[in-house]
Amino acid sequence: MNNKQQNTKKVVVPIGPYHPLLEEPEFFALYCEGEKVVDVEWQAGYNHRGIEKLSESKHWDQVTFLVERICGICSTSHPFAYCNSVEDLLGITVPERARYIRSIIGELERLHSHLLWVGLAGHFLGYNTVFMWAWKYREPVLDIFEIISGNRNHYAMFKVGGVRRDIENEDIPKIRKVLGELKGQIEMLTGAVLDDPVLAARLKGVGVLTKEHIKNFGAVGPVARASGVDIDVRRDDPYAAYPLVEWKVITTENGDVFDKAVVRLLECFESIKIISQCLDAIEGKKGEIQGEIREVPPGEGIGRHEAPRGECFHYIRSDGTNRPVRHKIRAPSYVNIPTFKASCIGQTIADVAIILAGVDPCYCCTERVAIYDAEKKKKLYDFKYLVEKSKEKTEKIRKEI
Amino acid sequence: MSAIYIFLSFVMVFLSFSICGMLAMWMDRKVTARLQFRVGPPWYQNFADFIKLTGKETLIPEKANTFMFIAAPVLGLIATTIAGTIILLILKNQVSFSTDAILILYLLTIPSLSIILGGSASGNVLAAVGISREMKLLLGYELPFICTLVISAIKSGTTTSLGSIIQFQQQNGMILGSFSGVIGFIIGVLSLQGKLGLVPFDLAEAEGELAGGSLIEYSGILLGLFKLTKAILLIAGPLLLISLYLGGFSISSITGVITGILKYILILVLFILIKNTNPRLRIDQTLKLFWGWLTLLGFAGILLAIAGW
Repeated sequence: MNNKQQNTKKVVVPIGPYHPLLEEPEFFALYCEGEKVVDVEWQAGYNHRGIEKLSESKHWDQVTFLVERICGICSTSHPFAYCNSVEDLLGITVPERARYIRSIIGELERLHSHLLWVGLAGHFLGYNTVFMWAWKYREPVLDIFEIISGNRNHYAMFKVGGVRRDIENEDIPKIRKVLGELKGQIEMLTGAVLDDPVLAARLKGVGVLTKEHIKNFGAVGPVARASGVDIDVRRDDPYAAYPLVEWKVITTENGDVFDKAVVRLLECFESIKIISQCLDAIEGKKGEIQGEIREVPPGEGIGRHEAPRGECFHYIRSDGTNRPVRHKIRAPSYVNIPTFKASCIGQTIADVAIILAGVDPCYCCTERVAIYDAEKKKKLYDFKYLVEKSKEKTEKIRKEI
Repeated sequence: MSAIYIFLSFVMVFLSFSICGMLAMWMDRKVTARLQFRVGPPWYQNFADFIKLTGKETLIPEKANTFMFIAAPVLGLIATTIAGTIILLILKNQVSFSTDAILILYLLTIPSLSIILGGSASGNVLAAVGISREMKLLLGYELPFICTLVISAIKSGTTTSLGSIIQFQQQNGMILGSFSGVIGFIIGVLSLQGKLGLVPFDLAEAEGELAGGSLIEYSGILLGLFKLTKAILLIAGPLLLISLYLGGFSISSITGVITGILKYILILVLFILIKNTNPRLRIDQTLKLFWGWLTLLGFAGILLAIAGW
């Protein structure tokens, strides 16, 4: 059978660019024979904002705010990794209190991100009760963030050399109370999800990734840990307060979507454990929360952080001026999403939907391309063009008013 | 009965069933919302939705077969309303003919067929996947649903006349009171859940996978007609089940109406509970459930009914 005949036999089922399965614009073309998916193509690039380039035009302190805006869900992972990278370049250590606060913020973020995923996974399976319950239980976490930083998302807590705000001692009992309630709620949710026979029938043995797949694709985070690959930056390359507290890395063996859910739900309990220990360590004490930094010398630095979705990597290069000359970001979804090549082919459309969602893809983190016209060798939609368009629109609206 | 009387009943059923159906849908939405820590919509939400849909532009895709695309929802609506009319006339006048239950069974498959017709006329890929699922689903739940009817027919002295089945129950108590009756009722509720396209059997629409599936290209009043069909089916389906197993719905006295409404709410609550405690099943799992467990259960029910249990 030649190529043309092959293609006529296959039907393309589009998932995206706008689709209820995807929270962000992405395009997956599923080549199907009946309900069976025989090939998947992935197109990204709908969300590119040129963060790395922008970063080169901001000074060191501004970049923390910029990278915080890469993603709304893991909005602390990027500043965390970025600060680690600059501190690596500077060769300084962060004051102890700031390290604990950093870990608290990082783990709270993992909590809310994992709960968000559990909810979305339920929604994609048509199980809206789990969707609403998980998101209801996510709310208190956002409340804690509001107590600590004044914001539910985009906490702006990170600063090169420390943290921007202290956690007030009088807030700690409040945080503990909310965390205590949350633990019971997550226990209930975990029980409901893991003991549901219908959910097990939908998720067990679906989208299996073996250890070899994980190593070949370089997948990270809960996706890798669900397949029995025991990696976690928090333990393997200790930073912040993670070496100072007791916790363990959760791994499972099967690598299917069910195990990914198990890993994420059990990690929530580890996060609560880490947060309570960090709160113990800072409660009733006073201490510095930021080191003094005069200037950034020329050189290179790398920083890593175990984001909720896996290892988030930042590389920066300095020439001694007040801004980075190169800032490279690798978000976890960038390596996690392509595993669909191994897990989706040969499955049905219904399963592919949940497998694609199973890696907890974060597309806006992943977007690292600009659009070029290949023939004219010209960049399309550059900054100037967008500013002009934006001005035009503003003028238009002003006239209408 | 004159033709005018029947026609007037048809119109009345159309109006009353769609209004009651939308209220039932509102109850579903409200209870679901409360289960999920939400407030839920006000009682008139479904009416507002329908009125809004009538005012929206109706898009007909370029690739669509225009006639089939428009005719499909109308066909489904008319068939459901006729089924509803027959059930109501039987309940009201206690008259029926010998095979009316079978006729109702046939009429109630037409809404699913109309979704298949409309979906295939729209020429959309996602709709094509949706209708292939709807077809398998229809084949799946029909057999257990027939078992439901057969069990009730055998229990009430081997009759396929809905009127006789109801009369039998008025004299001898509900069929639900027997072993085979419980089995038949359970199968009936699950099959209706499939017929109504509620979770876990909403795979033809499957928002998270197919973004609306078989109805993806429908908009405006045509989509509204499909919603209306669902609303009428949400009354007609349970009414049939009430007639078969719960002793019918007497509309001649106030107590009869109240007990009837309570019976209806019982079935609706079962629908809502099943809907909110299950994820969507895959099509192969759905067929395994319907053709495997439920059909076997149905045959067991028929044997029990023959044995007089």
